[in-house]
Amino acid sequence: MEFALSEEQRMLQDSVRRFLEQNSPLDKVRLAAGNTHTVQRSLWAGASELGIPGMLIPEDFGGMGLGFLDAAIVYEMFGRYVAPLPFLGTAVMAPLALMLAGSEAQQEKWLPKIAAGEIIAGVAVTESIGVREGAGVKAGKGTLTGKALFVVDWAEADLYIVADSDHGFHLVLPDAKGLSRRALNTIDKTRSVGELVFDQVAAEPLPRSSADAVARVIDAGRVMLAADTLGAGQMMIEKAVAYAGERKQFGRVIGSFQAVKHLCAEMAAALEPSRSLVWYAAHALDEVPDDARLMACHAKSHLSEVGRFVARTATEVHGGMGFTDLLGLHYWFKRIGFDRQLLGGPELVRLEAARLQGWAA
Amino acid sequence: MDLAYGPKYEAFREEVRAFLTKYKSQAPKGLGAAGRPSPEACSWQQLLIQHGYAARTIPKDYGGYGAKPDILESRIIAEEFSAARVPSALQNQGISMLVPTLLELGTEEQKKKWVKPTLRGEVVWCQGYSEPGSGSDLASLQTRATVDGDDFVINGQKIWTSTAHEADMIFCLVRTEPDKPKHEGISYLIFSMKTPGIEVRPLTTMTGHAEFNEVFFTDVRVPKTQIVGQRGQGWFVANATLKHERGMLGDPAAMETRFQALVDLMHEETVDGQRAIDNPIFRDRLVRLQAELAAMKFNGLRLLTSASKGEDPGLARLIVKLQSCELTHQISALAIDVMGELGVLYDDSPYLRSHGSWQWGYMFQLGLIIGGGTAQIQKNIISERGLGMPREPKLAK
Repeated sequence: MEFALSEEQRMLQDSVRRFLEQNSPLDKVRLAAGNTHTVQRSLWAGASELGIPGMLIPEDFGGMGLGFLDAAIVYEMFGRYVAPLPFLGTAVMAPLALMLAGSEAQQEKWLPKIAAGEIIAGVAVTESIGVREGAGVKAGKGTLTGKALFVVDWAEADLYIVADSDHGFHLVLPDAKGLSRRALNTIDKTRSVGELVFDQVAAEPLPRSSADAVARVIDAGRVMLAADTLGAGQMMIEKAVAYAGERKQFGRVIGSFQAVKHLCAEMAAALEPSRSLVWYAAHALDEVPDDARLMACHAKSHLSEVGRFVARTATEVHGGMGFTDLLGLHYWFKRIGFDRQLLGGPELVRLEAARLQGWAA
Repeated sequence: MDLAYGPKYEAFREEVRAFLTKYKSQAPKGLGAAGRPSPEACSWQQLLIQHGYAARTIPKDYGGYGAKPDILESRIIAEEFSAARVPSALQNQGISMLVPTLLELGTEEQKKKWVKPTLRGEVVWCQGYSEPGSGSDLASLQTRATVDGDDFVINGQKIWTSTAHEADMIFCLVRTEPDKPKHEGISYLIFSMKTPGIEVRPLTTMTGHAEFNEVFFTDVRVPKTQIVGQRGQGWFVANATLKHERGMLGDPAAMETRFQALVDLMHEETVDGQRAIDNPIFRDRLVRLQAELAAMKFNGLRLLTSASKGEDPGLARLIVKLQSCELTHQISALAIDVMGELGVLYDDSPYLRSHGSWQWGYMFQLGLIIGGGTAQIQKNIISERGLGMPREPKLAK
């Protein structure tokens, strides 16, 4: 019985922390944020040297064969440093879709390339959660028609994995005839999402697709977003505490005022138990299949709520400076805001959690 | 991350189950959480001690079972008793606070005299700490003990003294050195509640019940030998005790039981023929609480792992009281909202649900948010000890 990160996991997390501290400081993030829809190639190459794109991919395909808890603690670090990298789609959701639903040939063709960091893989599953703007993709004989919104890791993707409205996954190449692409600009400039419009576009089905496979890809994505919010929220608390320890008003550091201290305590009190929830939800994806979907829902919705509270409160502790661009605190605020809505906002996710337990039709 | 207990502990679990199967029929219907245990509850407690399911790690010489401390064994015992719905070991302030303090700081004579009957449920204790003028600032307490011959003579008042009306004994903080700085002038005394000069008055709370008492001391004479630790060291003796109190609050299993009762309630209660569980707003609130409960449950597992390794879990521990009390309160709040007008029924009203326990809980749990270190004091602790933020500058006295 051990509910804790292993020594190896702590070392993994530390190595990612050091890598991002050195290679993705705030001034680099600012530059990247000016080019949201351009992949930060040298940074991604560095992450690839650490094995990050292939961390979930089996060793037979050139990956590290690690688990979702490992991926979650890595993405927690990405959130902590608001890293402008295509992790969610390329390193988690796309490989998982290929592993769950792809043929051997498809796996052999694509997984080693992903693991090596050679390609970016975008993932289109938003409409499997909720349809807006009349989006949705219909599969014909070897083709796709329709529209997919909020495609994860949209920019410069070499491959898209697209879920159709009948729980089928398909591979689509970016230069396929009849495919048009538009960037979607969100508040979060550190991650790229976009739109794909399909007009009889040639697509290769993943033959072992199922509703369960699509749902598992979404579950994994949700746990990762929760982990990202955990890391971003933790950093915001640390920044708020540090700022409150330096900023003086009325002849004292503002961190000595209870009105400010209590805000910080409330943030820590909300965030700290969330860490255990993220750990368990990630662990359950690999080890406790019966619990995995419900816990993915809980992690996603709970971190969305805690994240929103931390993001606004930490900004308030920074006073007027938190509201400016000077400190760059808003990158964390926006990252958390984006995480909340992507792959289902908390109300939608809680409805799913209720359905899983037979509490809703 | 490994959530399995392993073969050694699973074998232990089987032992516990075998005990429960064999003896379950002897268990009393229920144990008063505090107060004086019934004769059946005392017999059950003594059977539990004999088999190592109560006072497990207390040395045999002092009336315990004498097992080596093993936090996972303790957890398994708690899990199995809870699953079997059998009352587990007696829990009261004497057992959870006084006994560990005596074992750590008491004289051999004090340990021999008090630990065993306390563990067996034969001697009931109350705690004399808070005073009307000393709540969050407990160290400012003013109940005086002056020396007269071989005795201390005590005058003053305590408040929030649960079970005082039933207790045989009190462990009590008194000021023995009024000229010393406040933390250095306190002594920790133990004495009989039958000592002349003690008056206990029930303290009725907002629930309409007297869950607490006020205790008044007028020239109460206590032999000087009944001090625990040195004179003037009472604050530090008490802190050794307070460290044992924190385990008493924020039990995730108790919150889960309450949450399950809420789920049941939402399947039973209807308005306009619609079950509460089918109302999307109530349902959303329910699932939101469920996620918070899951977070506290896994936080509890994390604390368990830290404790078993002898590590300090830091923030994960410091936030438990604040978060658990709030979550428990929110569970009661939703239950009342689900019932609507029926939710404000109380006493012995027609249509009353669950004997009025949701309303009682909603009010009593507000008391728990305030008691044992208010939410605001908890936030000071979290920010100062957990986040390293500066203390409030001291005001001139």
